[in-house]
Amino acid sequence: MPGQGLIKGLGVTMRNFVRATHTVQYPDRRVGLLAAAKHAGKNPVSFIASNPREGIKAMLFMASIPERVEQATRFRGNEFTWFETRCTGCASCAKYCPLGIIKIVTHPGGIDVQEGESYAIDVFDIDTGRCMFCGLCVEACPYDALHMGSQFERGNYERNNLVIDVDELRSNLKQPSSWYRPQFEERKYNPFKDEQIEDHHDAGRHEQPSDEDLKRRWVDERK
Amino acid sequence: MTVKTEPISINLGPQHPSTHGVFRFRVTFDGEEIIDVEPIFGYLHRGSEKLAEERTYQQVVTLTDRMDYVSSMLSNQAYMLAVEKLCGIEPSPRGVWLRMIAGELQRIASHLVAVGFLLQDLGSWGTPLTYVMRERESILSMFEMLCGARITNSYLRPGGVFMDAPDEFWPTLHSFLEELPHRIDELENYLTGNEIIFARTKGVAVLPPDVAVNASITGPMLRASGVDWDLRHRDPYDFYDQVEFERPLHTAGDNFARYWVRMEEMRECIKIIRQCAQKIEPGPVRPSHDEVPFLVRPPAGDAYGAIEGSKGELGFYLVSDGGISPYRCHVRAPSLINLTLLREMLIGTLMGDLFVSFGSIDLNMGEVDR
Amino acid sequence: MNERFLDNSLFRNIYCYMAGDSQGCVSHGYDSGFLPSGWEWVAFAITAFVIANLFIQGALGGVLALIWGERRILARFQNRVGPNRWGPLGSLTSVADAVKTMFKEDIVPDQADRFLFNLAPIVMVIPVLMVFAVIPIGIGTVVADINIGLLFVIAITSASGLAIAMAAWASANRIAIFSGLRAVALLVSYEIPMALSLLGVLMITGTLSMTGTIEAQHVPFIIVQPLGFLVFFLAALAEMSRTPFDLTEAESELAAGHLNDYSSMKFGVLFLAEWAATIAGAAIITTVFLSGWRGWEPIPSHIWFVAKLVGVLFLIIWIRATWPRLRIDQVLAIAWKGLFELTLINLVVTAILTAAMSDREADGSLFSAGELWIMAAVNWAVFFPSIWLIGKLLAAKPYDESKGDALPEYPVATEEASLEGVAD
Repeated sequence: MPGQGLIKGLGVTMRNFVRATHTVQYPDRRVGLLAAAKHAGKNPVSFIASNPREGIKAMLFMASIPERVEQATRFRGNEFTWFETRCTGCASCAKYCPLGIIKIVTHPGGIDVQEGESYAIDVFDIDTGRCMFCGLCVEACPYDALHMGSQFERGNYERNNLVIDVDELRSNLKQPSSWYRPQFEERKYNPFKDEQIEDHHDAGRHEQPSDEDLKRRWVDERK
Repeated sequence: MTVKTEPISINLGPQHPSTHGVFRFRVTFDGEEIIDVEPIFGYLHRGSEKLAEERTYQQVVTLTDRMDYVSSMLSNQAYMLAVEKLCGIEPSPRGVWLRMIAGELQRIASHLVAVGFLLQDLGSWGTPLTYVMRERESILSMFEMLCGARITNSYLRPGGVFMDAPDEFWPTLHSFLEELPHRIDELENYLTGNEIIFARTKGVAVLPPDVAVNASITGPMLRASGVDWDLRHRDPYDFYDQVEFERPLHTAGDNFARYWVRMEEMRECIKIIRQCAQKIEPGPVRPSHDEVPFLVRPPAGDAYGAIEGSKGELGFYLVSDGGISPYRCHVRAPSLINLTLLREMLIGTLMGDLFVSFGSIDLNMGEVDR
Repeated sequence: MNERFLDNSLFRNIYCYMAGDSQGCVSHGYDSGFLPSGWEWVAFAITAFVIANLFIQGALGGVLALIWGERRILARFQNRVGPNRWGPLGSLTSVADAVKTMFKEDIVPDQADRFLFNLAPIVMVIPVLMVFAVIPIGIGTVVADINIGLLFVIAITSASGLAIAMAAWASANRIAIFSGLRAVALLVSYEIPMALSLLGVLMITGTLSMTGTIEAQHVPFIIVQPLGFLVFFLAALAEMSRTPFDLTEAESELAAGHLNDYSSMKFGVLFLAEWAATIAGAAIITTVFLSGWRGWEPIPSHIWFVAKLVGVLFLIIWIRATWPRLRIDQVLAIAWKGLFELTLINLVVTAILTAAMSDREADGSLFSAGELWIMAAVNWAVFFPSIWLIGKLLAAKPYDESKGDALPEYPVATEEASLEGVAD
């Protein structure tokens, strides 16, 4: 019978018609009354009573609740997480950047008893307007000071605002991605769910050396 | 009565909804019939080969991502083969298995895109396209688990991959492999028996095997013409000699055969991934930094690494002068070489077949122009 | 004077409020109006103005609703959500689009024939809106119940091909010219099966009037005339240039076809006319083959009509979401080699059946429900073999399904001639 394949095709599309949608509405989802009330943790009646404006919007399917897609922990985000205390100013990241968009200016910074002598950072500019987020800078960092961030909403009206400078790096959220950071994966650290990493020791790959060790290596032996 | 007609030539592209990027045809029509085609490309030229000459071997990986952006894992793989041959690096087995899995997943994704866009060119208003994109999204999510990026992966490193797969990757892969055959069946139900698709694709833009071989066409396009040529089988790289798979062949060499070969190859990819997932063993995924440092410094010489890409033989030819970056990097891009027979395929067909035949080649402008 | 609209309570109220003592109103129970006798034409003019406006505005509103509905439904077929930001469930999206279209710059290309370029949208939209005049959307709710309704519809829908050809020629764009030529080719080919498929209906009803056609449908003609419905439906798809016959603006080939050089409200009007044509086509199908406003009480007739109309539109959208487009030679081949023969088969069978049961029924119609059911049975018995036969005739040559059995001898490298020899 001619037309059989055409009818079969209509069947396939109809099966997909009744299937749940695969796409999500970012950044917020338009929902009706029931879902909005459930999101607010109330029953529909008290939801309308407590906030009539939102209630009417919800009845017109125009209430919005935030929606995020689940991301992998290795997601190479648009921001960088930097632990200043871990950074020695070696500029490996600048050297290994394929595009040369990391600019570092340092001055000798005295003695840091944790890992040795370090340079203090004056300028640390990452031009994310040209960055392609390959993560090679993070892979090159020998002291686990620089990490890929997990956020990605950095849309901006001016190109200059896309440059992450050192102050922004200091104040950025300390929620690093686990890209090339096996220590986070071992701990099952999830940047999208867990807290920030406040202590710079937690971000390192190595055991923290004991104070005696450090004193012997970096103070006594140098005398 | 004879009607006096005149040929009319039209520029289609580079701004045209279905030129798969920025491609330009200068087509001469006699009525609806095509009497001459002049393909013009180069609108997406970014000088990747030249840029590679001033990057270190590690950094060039990011450039290969952007050549064929719908199968960047496979581009990475071809490049890494060339680097490993050049430096004489012995890759870690677990890394090789992982990149075979990633490469086959990427092949499925690329074939899905090829089928979807072929149907889009046939004018089915995006429905098959959204279906294949839906399946592709789950593959890209797995890539995100592996390497944190969906398209520009940069997952491979000389001697293996950059990090082991996370724990949640394996159950996801397993459930995906369970699900995918049903989805392909659904797609076949929808498309393969469809009379309109039969009528539109069968016997159109036929490519005879001898012509195809002489023009050094490779990949699914060659196998659709009936030539049994698959680098995974003929010249096994990585561990392809340890897995068993079939090579779907079709003899017609027309648009439908090219579509059919891609659909069948996806099923073979599933088989390969299953075998890889069984044979993979714990171990390091890349040689230590002492063996392969961050700055690879190969001896002077040259090497050619080629894989069976999703579109054909994808090869990287690297020349080293002993420095930290390649002296010359040449890419044998299958999209570009498969495009060379476009004129011969298209002459004599109708306007409606123009973009369908073009789409059935499955080319990617990022790779054509580099 | 056409007084059938007095059946409709709204129009009756407007008319009889002013001219209550006229003949038609008295029979409906009105006794007086404020216009003196002899001034009924004023009442009629005002009523006609109201009716015409209601229908045109209804059609335009229907277009906005259809664009929104099509985008939502198409999205669901494609596993997406569709427009959802503007208004409840995105229903104001097409309003926003219309506003945006109005504010765009109106560009006329230098090389264009300005007169034809400006005329084409008007030629496109007026006939489409005129079609709505003869479609009864409920009991008595019709602008003009002319006695040649079907003929009027067939005649006036042909103008769309002319308008597309005008638009294509005037914009002096080579891609658009393809679109225009295709539109004319489609028009010439599909008018014939379209008109012939209605002849079968005509034999059964014995009238060209739309209202008469509905009143004769004791059984919906989709059951009585399956071949006629199939042919008419496909021909209507081609006339509306909907998938799988959307050659005039085949997006992946011609970008937007004849719309390429239009912008702003001229584009808007052309676009609107196309969508209105879809509604008009679906309305004609509803009227002629789905028994229009007929249905079961107590659901009002208007709701029956709209429900059937929405069903037909859903089918059209469903087909658009599923099937690829045909090529121009195949489209024309289907018209001349497939649909034309099917209509002839249908005509012969229907003619024999009408001749066999030619006694007039008590209620004035030609055939009673029982006779229609007999006809339906015979027609369905003819339906499947004829479709099978035409499909055989139309089908391409049997395709060589050998997948690897008969490989050519050419393959350069075989197992024996391995790569090692080549490398040396």
